[in-house]
Amino acid sequence: MHDHLLSILIWLPIASGIVVLMLGERNVGAGRWLSLIGSVATLALCVPLWHDFNTHTAAYQFVEQVAWIPRFHAYYALGVDGISMPLIVLTAFMTIPVVIAGWRVITKRAAQYYAAFMIMEGLMIGVFAATDALLFYFFWEAMLIPMFLIIGIWGGPRRVYATIKFFLYTFLGSVFMLAALIYMYVKAGSYSIAAFQALPLTLTEQRWIFFAFLLAFAVKVPMWPVHTWLPDAHVEAPTGGSVILAAIMLKMGGYGFLRFSLPIAPDACRELNMLIITLSLIAVIYIGFVAIVQPDMKKLIAYSSIAHMGFVTLGAFVVYAIVRASGGLQGAAMGMDGAMVQMISHGLISGAMFLCVGVLYDRMHSRQIADYGGVVNTMPIFGAFMVLFALANTGLPGTSGFVGEFLVILASFKAGFWFSTLAAVTLILGACYSLWLVKRVVFGPVGNEHVAKLTDLDGREFLILGALAVAVLLLGIWPAPLLKVMEPTIHHLVAQAVATKVPV
Amino acid sequence: MNPHLLIAIPLLPLVAAVIAGLAGKFIGRAGAHTLTIAGVAASCALSLYVLKEIYWGGAAAFNGPVYTWLVSDGVHIQVGFLIDRLTVLMMSVVTFVSLCVHVYTIGYMSDDPGYTRFFSYISLFTFSMLMLVMSNNFMQLFFGWEAVGVVSYLLIGFWYTRPSAIFANLKAFIVNRVGDFGFIIGIAAVFSYTHSLSYEAAFAAAPHIVTQTLPVFGGVNAMSLICIALFIGAMGKSAQVPLHVWLPDSMEGPTPISALIHAATMVTAGIFMVARMSPLFEYSDTALSFVMVIGATTAFFMGVLGVVVNDIKRVIAYSTLSQLGYMTAALGASAYSAAIFHLMTHAFFKALLFLAAGSVIIGMHHEQDMRKMGGLGKYMPITAITCWIGGLALVATPFFSGFYSKDAIIEAVGASHLWGATYAYWCVLLGAFITSLYTFRLLFMTFHGEERFRHAQAEHGHGHDQGHDAHGGHGVHEPHESPLVVTLPLIALAIPSVLIGYFTVGHILYGSYFGNAIQVLPAHDVLAHMAEEFHGPALLALHGFLGAPFWLALAGLGTAWLFFLKRPQLADAAARKFGWLHRLLIEKYYFDWFNENVLARLTRGVGLGLWKAGDEGLIDGAMVNGTAHSVGWFGGVVRRVQSGYLYSYAFWIVIGLAALLGWFLVRA
Repeated sequence: MHDHLLSILIWLPIASGIVVLMLGERNVGAGRWLSLIGSVATLALCVPLWHDFNTHTAAYQFVEQVAWIPRFHAYYALGVDGISMPLIVLTAFMTIPVVIAGWRVITKRAAQYYAAFMIMEGLMIGVFAATDALLFYFFWEAMLIPMFLIIGIWGGPRRVYATIKFFLYTFLGSVFMLAALIYMYVKAGSYSIAAFQALPLTLTEQRWIFFAFLLAFAVKVPMWPVHTWLPDAHVEAPTGGSVILAAIMLKMGGYGFLRFSLPIAPDACRELNMLIITLSLIAVIYIGFVAIVQPDMKKLIAYSSIAHMGFVTLGAFVVYAIVRASGGLQGAAMGMDGAMVQMISHGLISGAMFLCVGVLYDRMHSRQIADYGGVVNTMPIFGAFMVLFALANTGLPGTSGFVGEFLVILASFKAGFWFSTLAAVTLILGACYSLWLVKRVVFGPVGNEHVAKLTDLDGREFLILGALAVAVLLLGIWPAPLLKVMEPTIHHLVAQAVATKVPV
Repeated sequence: MNPHLLIAIPLLPLVAAVIAGLAGKFIGRAGAHTLTIAGVAASCALSLYVLKEIYWGGAAAFNGPVYTWLVSDGVHIQVGFLIDRLTVLMMSVVTFVSLCVHVYTIGYMSDDPGYTRFFSYISLFTFSMLMLVMSNNFMQLFFGWEAVGVVSYLLIGFWYTRPSAIFANLKAFIVNRVGDFGFIIGIAAVFSYTHSLSYEAAFAAAPHIVTQTLPVFGGVNAMSLICIALFIGAMGKSAQVPLHVWLPDSMEGPTPISALIHAATMVTAGIFMVARMSPLFEYSDTALSFVMVIGATTAFFMGVLGVVVNDIKRVIAYSTLSQLGYMTAALGASAYSAAIFHLMTHAFFKALLFLAAGSVIIGMHHEQDMRKMGGLGKYMPITAITCWIGGLALVATPFFSGFYSKDAIIEAVGASHLWGATYAYWCVLLGAFITSLYTFRLLFMTFHGEERFRHAQAEHGHGHDQGHDAHGGHGVHEPHESPLVVTLPLIALAIPSVLIGYFTVGHILYGSYFGNAIQVLPAHDVLAHMAEEFHGPALLALHGFLGAPFWLALAGLGTAWLFFLKRPQLADAAARKFGWLHRLLIEKYYFDWFNENVLARLTRGVGLGLWKAGDEGLIDGAMVNGTAHSVGWFGGVVRRVQSGYLYSYAFWIVIGLAALLGWFLVRA
C-alpha cells in the first residue's frame, strides 16, 4: 500500500466524489454517508503517512512515478517531504468538518455539493503531492473548478461577482506561472520540480520567473494588494467553501513560495526580499486595521486571514534579511518553521472561525455583527468555543495561533528591530478585532428576540468544533512533533534559498 | 528536589479547573468547590513544603526541563521550572491567597448561577500564575503571562450580560496586549543575542549584551532596550501609568477575583518578572531610572485618585495601583527584595481589604457606594476589625507588616543615586500621606459615623455588584455580618497582615534569604547599607515612630478624620473651592477620555480609511474593476474592429504587416 499511498490519498476522495455524483440527488442520503466515509478513510490513511514518514531526510518520500505525457517528458510523479506532508494531513483533516457541517444545512443539489468537496479534496492533496510541475499545474488549476462551482451555485446573493473576481484573479496569476514553468521545461528538458530547482538560471531569468510565481502565489496567499478577491469570495461562499478556502487554498500560495520561488529563483528572492517583506508587514498592519472595522463577521475573519498569512510570507523571506543583518543563518530556519506552523495553525483556526459563523448563520441567516449580541445567553457551549477560537486567533500561547507568530517574531529580530516590532503589532490589532467581535456577538445582554430563540449546538456541530478545539490546543501545547517532521526539509530549504544559481 | 512533586503543584489546580469547567454539571456545585479547593490546598501545602526544604532544609535550587515544547533551528524551547527562593516565595503567596479566595467564594458566589464556572476559572488562574512564576524560560513566562491575562479577561467579564463588564474586560485585554507587545519584543531581543530562551543563557550573556548597540533610534544600548521593552510588559500587567487604565475598570469582576487577581497575584507578575530579571536590569541604569520614575509617578498620582472615588472597591483598586507603584519604584532603586517583600505583605493585606470590602458589599445587599454606608462597624464587627487591620497595615503603622516593607521602599528610593531618584523619593514619601488619607477615609465612611444607608435605601434600590438580588425590595435592609466561609478567610489573612513583616523582615529584606536568586551590583546596593543599621524588627518599628512617613500618615489620619468623619461638609466645600483640581481627579487625569476619544477613534478611523479608500476605492475601484472596465472598453473596440467587412480586415492586415516590417527594419 505504501507504494501507492499518495495516489490513494488523491484518488480515493475523487472516486467517492464521482460515485456521489452518480448516485444523484435522489440518493443524497447515501451520498452524504459515502462522502463522510471517504473523507474519514482519507484521514485514516494519513496515519501511516505520518507514522512511516522518515524524519531524518529531506528527500521525497512515498514516491511514485509513471510516464504521463511522454511527448513532454511529463510524469505522474508524486512524493512528499516535510513541508508537503503536514499540509496533506491538514487537507484531509479539514474536509471532514466540512462534510459534517453541510449535513442538514445543504438542501439544494446536495449530492453535487458533496461531490464537489470530495473531488476538491483529492485535487488539493494532488497539489501538495505532485513533484512534477505539469502535474502540479494540472491539480492547481483543476482545483479551482469545484471551488468556482461551490461559490457560484451555493453562494450568497452577490455570488456571480465574487466567483468571477475569484476566478479571474487566481487564473490571471496562474497563467504567468505556467509560462515560467514552460520556460524552465524548455531549458531543463523535464518538468521535474527537482530539475527546476537544480537548473542554473541567470539573474534576469530568475527575476522574470520570480515575478511570474509571485503573481500566482501572491494572489493565492493572498498578499496585499492582490487580496481584495478574498473577502468577497468568503462573504458569498457557503460555510464549507469558506472553510476550505481559508484553511487549505490560501496555503497553496505559501506552499508555492517554499516549493518554487525560494529554491528555483534564490538569487532573485535575495534581490527582491524586501518587496515581499514589506508587503507582508503591510498585510499584518494595514489589514489588521481594516479587519477591526468590518461589520460583517465573515469579512472580518477573511481580513484577519490575510493579516495572519502575512506571517507566512514574512517567515519565508526573512532569511535574506537575517543574512544581511547578521551575516549568519541563525534564525533563518526558525522563520521558515514559523511560516509552516502558521499555515497549519491558520488552517485550523480560520476554519473553526468560519464554522462558528456558519453555526450562527444557519440559525439567523445573517452575517452582520449588529444583528447579534449576547449569544452566550442562549448558546453557552457555542459561546465557549467561539471565545476559545477567537483567543487562538489573537495568538494566545497554549493555542496553535501562538507558535508560528512567536517563531517568526523571534526570527525577525535577527533581521532587525523593526521587522520584529512591526510584526508584533499583530498582538494588539489581533486582540482588537478578534475580541471586539466576541464582545459584540457573544457577550452582552440578549440582543434581540431572534437571539433569544437561538438553540445551542447540536451533537454534529459540537463534534466538529470540539475536534478542532482539541487540535488547536494540542498543537499549541506540544508543537514538537510537527517541527520534527519538518526539520530536515526546512534545513535543506534554507540551504537552497541562500545558495546561488547564477551560472559563473 | 523531586520533579514530580514540582509538576504536581501547577497541575493539580489545572486538573481541578478542567474537571470543574467541563463536567461542572455532573459534579455539581459542591463537587466543583470541593474539588478545586482540594486541588489548590494540596498545591499550597506542597509549595510550603518546598519553601521549607529550600529555606530551612538547605535544598539546592531546581532548574530543569519538564518537556520539550519544540525544537526549531537547533533551539530547544522547553517547558521547565526554576525553583529557587524567589520562586518558592511567590508560589507560597499565590497558593495561600488563592486558597483563601476559594473558600471565601463559597459564600460570596453562593447565589450565582455561574458558580462552577467561577471555581473553574480561579483554579485555572492559579495554574497559570504558577506556570508564570515557576518558569525557567521566556516562552513559558510569556505563556503564563498571557494565560493569567486571559483568565482575568474571562473573570472581569464574568457577568457577561453587563455592558460595563464586557467593556472593562475588552479594555483590560487590549491594554495588556499593548504591554505584551513590548514584552515580546524584549524577549525577541534577548533571543537575538543568546539564541536561547532560557533565563540561564540570558543571565550569562548579560555582560556581553550590555556592550552591544542596536542601530535603532540613532543607536541605543541593547540592554537598555531589552529591559525597557520587558518593563513595558510589566507596565501592562502591573498597571503602571499610562497602561494603568484597565485596573480600576476591572472592578466590574466579582470581588473574590479583585482580591486574588487584581490585588494579590496577577498584577504583581510584572514586579516579580523584573525581580527575576534583576541580572539584566542591573546592567542598565537607563532602564532602572525609567522603572523608578514610572513607579513613583504611579505611586503618588494614582493614590490621589483614591481620595475622590466613592465606590469602595475602586478606592482599593486605586490603592493597589499606588502600592504597585511603590513596588515598581523599589525595583528601579535596585531594592528588588524590598519590592518582593512588599509584594508579599501587600498580597495579604490587600486581599484582606478586598475580601472585607466584599463582605461589606454582601452585608449591604450589593451596595458599593460608600456614601450610602456609614456606621457599619457595629453590625459587622469581624469585617470591621479585620478591615481595620488591613488598613493599618496598608498605611504602614509600625509593627504591622506593611510598615516593614513600605518604609524600606521609601528609604531605598531615597538612597538611590540614579537619575530621577529625587523626584521618585518625594512621590513615595508624600504617597504615605495620601495612602493614609484614602485608607482612613474608606474606614470612616464605611464603618463609622452616621448610618447613611437608612435614608439612602429609601430613595434608591440596590447597587450593582451582582445582577440579581435575592432579598427583594422590602423596606430598609439591616446590614448583617457575613457567614463563616466569608469571615474565616478574613481572619486567615488578617494574621499575616499583622505578623508576617515582623517575623520575616530580618530574613527577606535584611538577611540573605534571596541569596543569588536576585542579583544586585554593589554600586546599586542600597539595601546593604540599610541592613547595616538593622538591629531587629522591634527596634526598627520603634524607630519608625520617629520617621517622616509615620508623621505623614498621622497627618493623613487627622485629615481624613476631620473631612470625612467630623465635618463631612468640609470635604464638599473643598471640592467646590478647588473645582478644577476636583474635576481633573474625577476625570482620572483624562486618561480614559484620551483613550476613548483619541486613540480608539483614531484606530477605527484608520481602519475605515484604509478599507474604504484603500481597499474599496484604490485597489478595487481603480485597479481591479478599473481593469475590468478597461477590458470591457477594449472589448468594445475589438468588437467594432470585427466588423465583418472584408475590406476592413484587409486594411488592418496591411497596417499590421507594415508596422511589423517597419519594426524589424528599425531594429536591423
